[in-house]
Amino acid sequence: MAELLQFVSSGLTVGAIYALVALGFTLIYKASDIINFAQGEFVMLGGMTTVFMTLAGVPLPLAASIAIVATTAIGVALHRFAIEPARGASAVSLIMITIGASIFLRGTAQIVFDRRFHSLPPLLGADPIHFGGAAILPQSLVVLASATVIVTLLWLFIDRTLLGKAVLATAANRLAARLIGIDTRRIVEFSFAISAAIGAIAGILITPIALTSYDVGTLLALKGFAAAMLGGIGSALGAVVGGLLIGMIEAFAAGYLSSNYKDAVAFLIILVVLIFIPQGLFGRAKIERV
Amino acid sequence: MRKIIDMRLLPVLAITAIVVVLPYFFPSAYYYRIGALVLIFALAVVGLNLLMGFAGQVSLGHAGFLGIGAYSVAIGPGYFGAPSWLCLFVGAMLSGVVAFLVGRPILRLKGHYLAVATLGFGLLVAIVLTNEAGFTGGPDGMSVPKLVLFGWSARGADAWYWIAGATFIGGFLLALNLMQSPTGRALQAIHDSEIAALVLGVDVARKKLTIFTISAMYASVAGSYLALFNGHITPDVAGFLRSIELVAMVVLGGMGSIVGSLVGAVVLVVLPQALTVFHEYEQALLGLIVMVFMIFLRRGIVPSLATKFAGWRK
Repeated sequence: MAELLQFVSSGLTVGAIYALVALGFTLIYKASDIINFAQGEFVMLGGMTTVFMTLAGVPLPLAASIAIVATTAIGVALHRFAIEPARGASAVSLIMITIGASIFLRGTAQIVFDRRFHSLPPLLGADPIHFGGAAILPQSLVVLASATVIVTLLWLFIDRTLLGKAVLATAANRLAARLIGIDTRRIVEFSFAISAAIGAIAGILITPIALTSYDVGTLLALKGFAAAMLGGIGSALGAVVGGLLIGMIEAFAAGYLSSNYKDAVAFLIILVVLIFIPQGLFGRAKIERV
Repeated sequence: MRKIIDMRLLPVLAITAIVVVLPYFFPSAYYYRIGALVLIFALAVVGLNLLMGFAGQVSLGHAGFLGIGAYSVAIGPGYFGAPSWLCLFVGAMLSGVVAFLVGRPILRLKGHYLAVATLGFGLLVAIVLTNEAGFTGGPDGMSVPKLVLFGWSARGADAWYWIAGATFIGGFLLALNLMQSPTGRALQAIHDSEIAALVLGVDVARKKLTIFTISAMYASVAGSYLALFNGHITPDVAGFLRSIELVAMVVLGGMGSIVGSLVGAVVLVVLPQALTVFHEYEQALLGLIVMVFMIFLRRGIVPSLATKFAGWRK
């Protein structure tokens, strides 16, 4: 029982981060049909910028804020200088552009920062809380609480504000949205900004637990992408559920099977799910018009 | 009739001529090495281009087959004492069988879902290669015995330049033939509209599976060559970045252009070598180059230039 609880808590923590990455994928995909493989790099930038700011003597809250703003600016720049000029390119070309961007950001990060692993002090201390025989890190609770807050805020924003409704309209039908006066280009840019900010926050939250370095983005992007697909691409609920599921599957696979094969189990399950439910858990089946 | 055949073979003849003549300008063995690497990658890229450019199906896990081919010629001779050339064939067959079995369910998926499924497959191969250290030497990799054919041992970059060159041209011809066969035409119909092809009576699932299997075998042979040429192999050969590199070569050179496959391989093999001068900035520059090419020559180098030249002629 204690073991089970332990795996659930670590699975949920990692899963919450995957969910945030998947949410970033979903936002951009909804607004623009683009799969942004640089999403993992936003997570890396958030963590690394905060680490180097604190090393330079900036207090943690300020460092974290600067990191979020800087990453958001990079997200906007990515849209303006790489995605926007390539408007109308094929889906594969756009994927290659974002992959190019992720390699570029990783390469730049190893020059600007360094190639070592870094950590941050946990927000609520490092002493584990004992609960039902399991040791839970306070930072895990911080991660879960923050993820819940972000998801709720995002939902409120989309559901309750005019700008949020414009995002929804753009996602539903870009041409119709433009016809009623929505600047869809701005909406897409905005979705890049929000995705980058969410990624940066995820990166800052996970660094005290999982460490960060210039190359953590690739695997995070892959897991987040897989989570988004598992949930059904374009579904925000699917992204969150998919992320948590992958986190849990990994934790259980690492605990009961073998920690070497935890990544393998996650991807194996994704393959199986895609084969039997090709549109993902919460996605709608697409009907192709000829 | 004769003229049509000549036109079709023109690119093959031109590339054969380049492959044969180029070594006369190589100042050192190092250039043979780069040339061999370009040709080996080009072989895998031709296979992937058949799948992506002609059938319109993306694969983000093709390095998995590169890995199967590479480890076949490493494990076969090392553990079972089988000759390397036999292992190369067995590896290609194995890749074909794996592609056939995996492809059946996976190729029903479309677009991004197919991308994530193939990506998952490639990662699984890489993870198995990394973790089965008893056979594969784990993350450190293993050494690969030299290829011996009829008592002649293939060593040195120049030998591999010629082997890879001959195989690439063979693969090129095979791909051209395939594209002009009924299967090739059916694949192009699938690319344009899957449903229309289906309505016309094309067995879409079967044709996709055929081309996926063939492209896996191309990658497998390239992987075997890579292993035999380097004499050492690590699980990186099957990694995600390798898969991305292959896709980038296809897209950069031009989807659906077999000459483009070679151009894509040239750009992405030669550029990193040239950039080692700026070794710190190598990754950043590589990312930048991929982005710039994709933004400004989005249809790929060869098709974009071909359009431009056609415009000038008018």
